[in-house]
Amino acid sequence: MDIITALTIFVLAVFIGFEIITKVPPTLHTPLMSGSNAISGITLVGALLCGGGFWGGLFGFLAIIFATLNVVGGFLVTHRMLAMFKKKG
Amino acid sequence: MFDNVIDFLLLAQAGPELVSADGLSEVVEQTAGQLTEITGSTAKANLGYLVAAVLFILGIKGMTHPRTAVRGNQLGAIGMLLAVFVVLVSGQVVSWPVAILGMIVGGAGGVWLSRVVQMTQMPQLVALFNGFGGIASVLVAAAEVLRTSNHGAAGLAAGLTGLIGSVTFSGSLIAAGKLQELPQFKKPWNFGGQQIANAGLVVLSVYLAFEMTDGSGWEFFPLVLLSLALGVFLVTPIGGADMPVVIALLNSYSGLAAAAAGFVINNNVLIIAGSLVGASGLILTNIMCKAMNRSIANVLFGKMEAGGVIADADEVYAGKVKSTSADEVAMMLDGVQRVVIVPGYGLAVAQAQHAVRELANLLEANGVTVEYGIHPVAGRMPGHMNVLLAEADVPYDQLKEMDVINPTFAQCDVAIVIGANDVVNPVADTDPSSPIAGMPILNVSEAQTVVVIKRSLSPGFAGIPNPLFAADNCLMLFGDGKQVLVDLVAALKEN
Repeated sequence: MDIITALTIFVLAVFIGFEIITKVPPTLHTPLMSGSNAISGITLVGALLCGGGFWGGLFGFLAIIFATLNVVGGFLVTHRMLAMFKKKG
Repeated sequence: MFDNVIDFLLLAQAGPELVSADGLSEVVEQTAGQLTEITGSTAKANLGYLVAAVLFILGIKGMTHPRTAVRGNQLGAIGMLLAVFVVLVSGQVVSWPVAILGMIVGGAGGVWLSRVVQMTQMPQLVALFNGFGGIASVLVAAAEVLRTSNHGAAGLAAGLTGLIGSVTFSGSLIAAGKLQELPQFKKPWNFGGQQIANAGLVVLSVYLAFEMTDGSGWEFFPLVLLSLALGVFLVTPIGGADMPVVIALLNSYSGLAAAAAGFVINNNVLIIAGSLVGASGLILTNIMCKAMNRSIANVLFGKMEAGGVIADADEVYAGKVKSTSADEVAMMLDGVQRVVIVPGYGLAVAQAQHAVRELANLLEANGVTVEYGIHPVAGRMPGHMNVLLAEADVPYDQLKEMDVINPTFAQCDVAIVIGANDVVNPVADTDPSSPIAGMPILNVSEAQTVVVIKRSLSPGFAGIPNPLFAADNCLMLFGDGKQVLVDLVAALKEN
């Protein structure tokens, strides 16, 4: 993948992000933040592909731990919060 | 050829609640089968990533309404699961024991943290998670720098990952420490020339990042050290009231770091997911800045100027403040039609959310309409107050944002302000020289009567007196928020 393709994807994704996130109501801003935070744990995909040599392996291992913490903790705590939001009655 | 994918996405688009995990895995399996026939495994992996990216987008889209938000979050989680699954079956995982052990350790830590955290501690936790995401991206870039020589854009991307990710990590840890009110962070740390030092660190880090385009890679590690220091220096001087902005900004950075890591390892799903989060954090940062009428530069680099002459508290309050009692307020609440409750963080500090809910229940039982007016910076992070009230079983349709509730205060019999101060200070509108000038406020003074529940007349974060407390239609109900509400509920029951 050349750099221009990657940049294209990046810029378009930023625009999509702006479009949908401006529609999120303030009531849900905290879960939005923790949920999107969990999504940023996508680095886990990169972490799983790390390796090569002692240091590469060690960095990869630590990256997997931190990213999984981010992903699992983020989605679960978001779920915990969202489950509390109830309509009247 | 890909009818099943299109059908699935249309269905998910129509309503996240219509799709199930089973349906998804079926679609992925079928599509993967079709694709392998024509292309082979790389395209298969990329298709998996594409579906994951679409699920992230639909997941965030689900967050646009409380009704669909749980499902949205689940779609996001399914997308993540799919992305990880794609990596695991791609045959590119270097070491299985490392991968499995790492995921078990991280997963267990994540489950534990998400269970033990209290809702008041949510800002710290999100800060911490932002930091973890940031450092994970740095480590991925570090491993990649060691593995191979990254020339040109890939080298620059590695440098930027190191820069953004490290600032996110150290800045988030400091922010979490401050929010947790650790004794080490009681006072903002400052030293002379801090801003010059910060500017120097930024310039040096960016220079090193550009140097990395030659593919040598050694610059990465000093760059990370400099950026870690930068993160610390940037966040330490920032005061408690500005934390919502800082967390939102670090949220954005954690996404951008992931996107930059995607450029390093050439992976679409990292770029897409990272930029979504980057955009989300920027929007929230912007909303928070607007809610305080301050620019992002002012939050990061400036102090709240004590501009103009700060009114003398005695002069503002002398002889004009009327104190009331729970009994009197209970009597006043008898026979009213509409009450708006304005909560501030003081409410959460007093642990009074449930007491508020009890008061509201009682009023509603008497036929009173009860709503809550929530200022964007009422909590310690965007939307924090809404979560705290939702935890106390306050229905979300009663939580009204500032722009919605403000035009309706004139039709409000009693506005009850609990533990809020600066966000209801009319000085923001009337005195252009005040430190909060121009900050949007909740216009509670337009209500027939305002009852302010507060410990004393002490000022809020902005350090200025509040003329609202001396207004003709304002009554002060002094005391601990929770105790006062309990008394009020008891008095209402007696009537």
